[in-house]
Amino acid sequence: MTYVFEFGQVFAAWDELLAGALRTLWLSAASMAIGLVLAILGALGKTSGPTWLRWLLDAYIEQIRNTPFLIQIFLVFFGLPAIGLRLEADQAALLAMVINVAAYGIEIIRAGIESIGKGQIEAGRALGLHSLQIFRHIILKPALQAIYPALTSQFILLMLNSSVCSAIAASELTAAANDIQARNFRSFEVYFVVTGMYFAMSLIFWGIFAVIERAFLRRPATR
Amino acid sequence: MREFGLNEFWFILLAVRWTLLLSVAAFLGGCLGGLAIALMRTSHLAALRWLAIGYIKLFQGTPLLMQLFLAFFVPGIFGFDVDPWGAAVLGLSLHASAFLGEIWRGCIEVVPRGQWEASAALGLRYWNQMRHIVLPQAFRIAIPPTVGFLVQLIKATSLASIIGFVELTRAAQVINNATFEPFTIFGLVALIYFLLCWPLSAYSRRMERKLAVATR
Repeated sequence: MTYVFEFGQVFAAWDELLAGALRTLWLSAASMAIGLVLAILGALGKTSGPTWLRWLLDAYIEQIRNTPFLIQIFLVFFGLPAIGLRLEADQAALLAMVINVAAYGIEIIRAGIESIGKGQIEAGRALGLHSLQIFRHIILKPALQAIYPALTSQFILLMLNSSVCSAIAASELTAAANDIQARNFRSFEVYFVVTGMYFAMSLIFWGIFAVIERAFLRRPATR
Repeated sequence: MREFGLNEFWFILLAVRWTLLLSVAAFLGGCLGGLAIALMRTSHLAALRWLAIGYIKLFQGTPLLMQLFLAFFVPGIFGFDVDPWGAAVLGLSLHASAFLGEIWRGCIEVVPRGQWEASAALGLRYWNQMRHIVLPQAFRIAIPPTVGFLVQLIKATSLASIIGFVELTRAAQVINNATFEPFTIFGLVALIYFLLCWPLSAYSRRMERKLAVATR
C-alpha cells in the first residue's frame, strides 16, 4: 500500500462541511415537517375520502414508491421548467423530498389510524367521554406508539436519501463534499469523513428517538 | 440539437438490461453476504453478534451514495483499480447484505424455540439444524420482505449513474443532454422503473397477506 493519506486538506475545509451538514439537517427537517402535514391529510383522504380521491392517492403512492428518488428529483428540477415552473436547485430538492416522504408517510399514518380498534372508541363513548377526550385518551397515544418506529426510521432514511440531492447540486453535505474533492482531489479522504458525519448524525437521531420513546411512549407491559 | 426519436428511445430501452444485470448481481452478492450476516446476528457467540450489529448499523446509518463513492475509491487505495461496474456491484452487494441480513435475522428468530430443542434432541448439530429445520421454515416467511427489498435494490441501482455506470438513469441523462426534452425522457424512465418495480411490490404485498392469513 503506497497511498498517502492527507486528511489535513479535508479538515481545512471543515467549515464548509459543517455548513453542509446543517443544510442537510434543515432540508430533512423541513421536508419531514411539510411532508407529515400532507401525509396526515392524505391518510384522512385514504381512510374516509370519496372513492375517486382514494384512487388518486393510491396512484400517487404507488408511483412514488416504485420509482427511484433520483428520477423524481430530475423530473422536478429538469422536467418542471418544461411546463413553465422553474425552480432553484434548493427549492427543487425540498419539493422532491416533500413529494417523496409524503407518499411513505400516508401509508405509515393510515396504518396508525387503522391500528385503533373500533371497540376502543365505542367503549370510550359508553363511558361518557366526549370526542376530544376520546381522541386524547384513547386514540392519540396508541396511534403514536404504533407509528413512532416507522416514522422515526423514515426520518433517518430521508436524511440519508437527501445526499441524492447533490445530483442537482442542491446545497447540502454531499454537494459540499463534491465541491471540496473537485478542488483538492482527495476523494477518498473527503467521502470517508463525510460518511462518518452522516453516521454520527444517524447515531445521534437513533439515540434521541430512543430516549423520547422510553420517556413518553412506553407501552404497558403486555401479558 | 437532436430530436427525441426512435433511436433515442431504443438507446434508453436497451439500457434497461444494465439496470437488470446490476440488480441481479447485487442481489446475488447481497444474498450471500446477507445469509452470513443473518447467521452471525443470531449466533450464540456474542462477538459475532456484535460484529453483525455493527455492520448493519454502519450500512443503515450512512447514505447509499457514500457507500458507492467509497466502493469506488477504497479499492484504489489498496492498488486495485475498479471500473464503475465493479464499484457498483461491490457497493450495492455490501449494502444489500446489511439489509437482507437484518430482514432474515427476524425470519430466523420467529422459528419457535421448540423446533431448535426438538432437533437438538434428535442429535442434530448447528449446521444441520439450520439447513434442515430452521432455514426452510424461515425461508417461507422471508419471501415477501425479500421481494420488497428487491424493489428497493432495483431503485437503488439508479445511483450507479452518479459514479458513471451507464444504466437506465445514466442513459436517460445522456439522451437528455443531446435532445433536451427532460419531461418526456425522465417521464419515460420513471414509467420503465415503475413497470419493473410495481409487479414485484404487488407480489410481495399479496404474499404477505396470504402468509398473514395462513399463520393466524
